[in-house]
Amino acid sequence: MLHVEVGTRLGAFALDVALEVPAGCCLALAGPSGAGKSSVLRVVAGLLTPESGRISCGEEVWLDTDRRVDLAPERRPCGYVFQDYALFPHLRAWQNVAYSIRDTSRRARRRRALELLERFGVAHLADVRPRTLSGGERQRVALARTVARRPAALLLDEPLAALDASTRASASRELNRVLNEAGVPALLVTHNFMEAALLGDRVGVIDAGRVIQQGTAAELAASPGSAFVADFTGAVVLTGTARGGEDGLTHVALDGGGALASTEQGEGPVAVSVYPSEIAIEPSGSPRTGSAQNRLEVEILSVTTIGNRVRLGLAAPQPFTAEITSASARELALTPGMRASATWKATSTRLVRQ
Amino acid sequence: MSKRGWFPLLLMASLATVLCFLTLPIVAIFVDTSPLALLSSLHEEGALEALRLSIVCSAIAVVIIVLVGTPAAYLLASRRFRGRATLVTLIELPLVLPPAVAGIGLLAALGPNGLLGSRIEDAGINLVLTTAGVVVALTFVSAPFFLRQVQSAFEALDHTWLEASRTLGASESRTFLAVAIPTAGPGLISGLALAWGRALGEFGATLMFAGSFRGITQTVPLAIYQDFSTDFTGALSLSAVLVAVSVALLLSVKLLSGAEWLGGAAR
Repeated sequence: MLHVEVGTRLGAFALDVALEVPAGCCLALAGPSGAGKSSVLRVVAGLLTPESGRISCGEEVWLDTDRRVDLAPERRPCGYVFQDYALFPHLRAWQNVAYSIRDTSRRARRRRALELLERFGVAHLADVRPRTLSGGERQRVALARTVARRPAALLLDEPLAALDASTRASASRELNRVLNEAGVPALLVTHNFMEAALLGDRVGVIDAGRVIQQGTAAELAASPGSAFVADFTGAVVLTGTARGGEDGLTHVALDGGGALASTEQGEGPVAVSVYPSEIAIEPSGSPRTGSAQNRLEVEILSVTTIGNRVRLGLAAPQPFTAEITSASARELALTPGMRASATWKATSTRLVRQ
Repeated sequence: MSKRGWFPLLLMASLATVLCFLTLPIVAIFVDTSPLALLSSLHEEGALEALRLSIVCSAIAVVIIVLVGTPAAYLLASRRFRGRATLVTLIELPLVLPPAVAGIGLLAALGPNGLLGSRIEDAGINLVLTTAGVVVALTFVSAPFFLRQVQSAFEALDHTWLEASRTLGASESRTFLAVAIPTAGPGLISGLALAWGRALGEFGATLMFAGSFRGITQTVPLAIYQDFSTDFTGALSLSAVLVAVSVALLLSVKLLSGAEWLGGAAR
């Protein structure tokens, strides 16, 4: 159990949060940039000392301003995954991973680093320096480096932000696996609610230094406590490249695969937006019957019941969400890992130039 | 006229002027010195001694500057505290100090009648008119070049590398040694080159503080000055030697900072 209770001035506002994250659970803090999300992680890691507060992980107290306890960052066993991964540029991938492995021979350190890289499927990159790695590869190396220390808690700062849309889906699956395997409390921050819903067991919406609502992603989407939360949990956004078609529709080739049509005009890089409730789900490979122009083959990542509705986390491979009735979800027997078709009308496909 | 206009022409003209003015004297030294004269000048007792003194004293000064200056520059780069700006200005002051003033200042501080003079004497150390005094003078004038360069190199580092190191269990000292220094490598090396170059050419402060005694305090610039009224050719060849040593130093440092093992900041 990670217990965080801190208050401190932070520029224009005060950071004031109280959080509890049980072992094996991932709490995703979602909020706009400048909301103080990263500061929460920095405070927990000991990189920022708050004016007052108490932080404990299991039996260990990391910070207690009343009792003047303030452990240095290196004495808090937490794994921090930085937004741009912060791999050491002068070290090879395996040396990055071995950085936290001490008190053993160079050979033993290399062996252990290779084992970890192997677990993330990047052992072949062991002798490569970070600057030649792709975003997805960097993330894998960074995750291997983080778990090498066997952290008692995981802190993740915008773990998918540095990736392009096409690698995001596989990276988020990878992250989910790490979070499950680690079995420790995890605190993740993101400016993207969809990401929070995808990766977090629970989601806290944070704004101006305060957590305004906390619950499962389903609860937040179903009953937002404020307009801010409602707005924030918002619509699906996919990215792609638009081109005018002969049929008068605009055709969008999605980043990472798949194609959509829209009645709106657009050319070049665009963001496609659609509301989750406008998306229908059909069994994979079923013949096209209705009027809906758009049909994407998707993998179901998560199934979350919200009263009489079900919110589905999907990957096409870009992640997005759909909302259907619980009755349909039962009928189709939807479970994570299943493949399905997501369909919606070209008339409800909005385009925004990027 | 061409569509490009006069401005690019002005830029090129000024660069050409700068280049001519700055390289002409150096070219002249080598044009006026025959390779034979250069070699024979090195055989003269005084010349070799001066060269040895210059290299040894500047090397010692640079080692002191690197060992003491690197952690100091790191502190200035990594912490924000009250009076920091004043401190930085004070450290940079020797950069604008006329060498003669630096020499007088060193005498007033460390000379026999200086501020710390009696204490230094009690400790059995004599700096004035000694080789140790040369090292002191060289260190004083060239340290700011290193500090300035290295401080900005540390400031330019991606701060998350240092933070990542801490969260991976490394203490601040290990972070400094294992992450900050290697990633700031090219900056450190170029600071070292600047300081060494400055130390090799040092004249005024050394003359005032340590004097010009052949074999004890007479570095190459001092020997050149002494020779030039009586033996212009000798002074010229010694100058050529100093230029050659400085260029070799600068080049090797540039090559070293481009080396792969320092790949650090050059992302």
